[in-house]
Amino acid sequence: MATKYTFTEKKDTRSGFGDGLTELGRTNPNVVALCADLVGSLKMADFIKENPDRFVQTGIAEANMMGIAAGLATAGKIPFTGTFANFSTGRVYDQIRQSIAYSEKNVKVCASHAGVTLGEDGATHQILEDMGMMKMLPNFTVINPCDYNQTKAATIAIADYEGPVYLRFGRPKWPIFTDPNQKFEIGKALKLIEGTDVTIFATGHLVWKAIEAEAILQEQGISAEVINIHTIKPLDEKAILASVAKTGCAVSAEEHQMAGGLGESIASTLARNDMKPLEIVAVNDQFGESGKPEELLDKYGLSTENIVEKAKKAIQRKNS
Amino acid sequence: MSNSPDFNHLKKVTSQVRRDIVRMVHACQSGHPGGSLGCTEYLVLLYFHVMKYKLPFTMEGKGEDMFFLSNGHISPVWYSVLSHAGFFDKKELGTFRQINSRLQGHPATEEDLPGIRVASGSLGQGLSVGIGAALSKKLDKDDKLVYVLMGDGEQQEGQVWEAVMFAGSKKVDNLIATIDYNGQQIDGPTEEVNPLGDLKAKYEAFGWEVITSDGNNIEELAAAFDKAKSLTGKGKPVLNLMTTVMGKGVDFMEGTHKWHGIAPNDEQLAEALNQLEETLGDY
Ligand SMILES: Cc1ncc(C[n+]2csc(CCOP(=O)(O)OP(=O)(O)O)c2C)c(N)n1
Ligand SMILES: [Mg+2]
Repeated sequence: MATKYTFTEKKDTRSGFGDGLTELGRTNPNVVALCADLVGSLKMADFIKENPDRFVQTGIAEANMMGIAAGLATAGKIPFTGTFANFSTGRVYDQIRQSIAYSEKNVKVCASHAGVTLGEDGATHQILEDMGMMKMLPNFTVINPCDYNQTKAATIAIADYEGPVYLRFGRPKWPIFTDPNQKFEIGKALKLIEGTDVTIFATGHLVWKAIEAEAILQEQGISAEVINIHTIKPLDEKAILASVAKTGCAVSAEEHQMAGGLGESIASTLARNDMKPLEIVAVNDQFGESGKPEELLDKYGLSTENIVEKAKKAIQRKNS
Repeated sequence: MSNSPDFNHLKKVTSQVRRDIVRMVHACQSGHPGGSLGCTEYLVLLYFHVMKYKLPFTMEGKGEDMFFLSNGHISPVWYSVLSHAGFFDKKELGTFRQINSRLQGHPATEEDLPGIRVASGSLGQGLSVGIGAALSKKLDKDDKLVYVLMGDGEQQEGQVWEAVMFAGSKKVDNLIATIDYNGQQIDGPTEEVNPLGDLKAKYEAFGWEVITSDGNNIEELAAAFDKAKSLTGKGKPVLNLMTTVMGKGVDFMEGTHKWHGIAPNDEQLAEALNQLEETLGDY
């Protein structure tokens, strides 16, 4: 399988967050980091070492952490909260809604271990509803980068953006295939591969799976366009509509529930503007479970093969 | 208690459970040995001496004592004890944290594993659930008790204190909560992360009866359970502030947060098993 992008190294996207935060510690004196007893998992140790006075350890108290972040933002700081995605969203939804979203506080909610690829800890920790919850909140920007480099760039970029942001990343070591020197532009979809028969819109870890799927489709004589939707909200509707106008059908791919996910956002865009067949690769109304990341992606229908299959189905629907 | 426990046998079970714990986390290279090893005496006593329950397991647990594990990450010790107590075959311990297993990383009801009544893993929720079960028992005129185990780091969660206040003010006196007071959590000693202060005084101020115990001394802990039981039914919930050593039983894991949630490698496993006698047969 000859993929159009290659990688020489795998790294976890949470390390991209940690390294981005360390850089921000050196360049932006307003950045304050908070954590609720998960410093190691969030890769915050270097930031803390260099800026001990700009770090707040709340202990296992996520609701309090969100409130403190709102207060810090009120006083002009740029708080970056760090905990698992489950405890960054569902656990503290009302604190975020009232004190951060509604109050328009410049808080960056940074969330690791999203999705089934966190692996063995199982369903209690594998949140698959977070993007849906966060994209529903007025004022919130929702970002789900695809690899280490992009997560690092996104972490740095959101410090310069004024407003609440949800930044989602993960635990497993994952191929690094984007430019280490990229500048991250919030809300701008990135066309990774040009194609004509079908568009694959992917986000997060599944962008790499989409690149693999494109190579398989290519071997079967199908030309797929691959677009990285790293920003779930605001959604780059223009880029989505332009691509689908050309290819005539699409597949979305995400490590998230179908309800509330990227696929639904795209479906809404298409329905409101230009109805075209869309197939959705996402978890279908189920909780995850313990296992290894790749095993879980297979079991829950999030594999490269699933994207290939759905791409063909979308093309079939377009042609029927 | 009237029936005095067979401490020789309980110590055998304890040693076997500790072997199971390190073997389980080693096999899947993930999971939480530290808190599991520290709470081994507690869970062994609970299931082999203290609680009155029937098999096969029922969700409702009518006329039975009930247990809720709030610090769900110490699932290895619970699963091992449940298997030795006959809830399911101990062979199943070998599937821990693997795909398609009923032994999820954190306890879950979705897989119908006998012994589990509510999922846990997201910290801070178990005491509230225990209160609900205790209130049901009162409605049913069921005189059996509800036991809840929590972590000490877990005490930092706000919901814990909502539950503590409720249980005290509403006199939920058929409830015995225990805190695994090991002084450790993920990022370090609780004293450094966010000090807990005087937990005994805090619970007492919320209307609880508080006893203290050494959770790794099985004779002393059995006496503490007796004492705790004798304090129920008197208008106050009961807390057992149970001092333990994280990683107890494996010298290089003892007393440090470093073994909260990592698995031993092959050499470390061998070293650990050397210190833990195989008493009832490995799974
Ligand atoms: C709500 C929530 N926040 C964070 C975590 C991650 N986490 C799992 S265990 C743990 C530390 C728990 O400390 P303690 O209760 O003292 O248990 P011990 O480490 O002693 O086993 C943390 C922060 C979690 N499981 N749930
Ligand atoms: Mg502890």
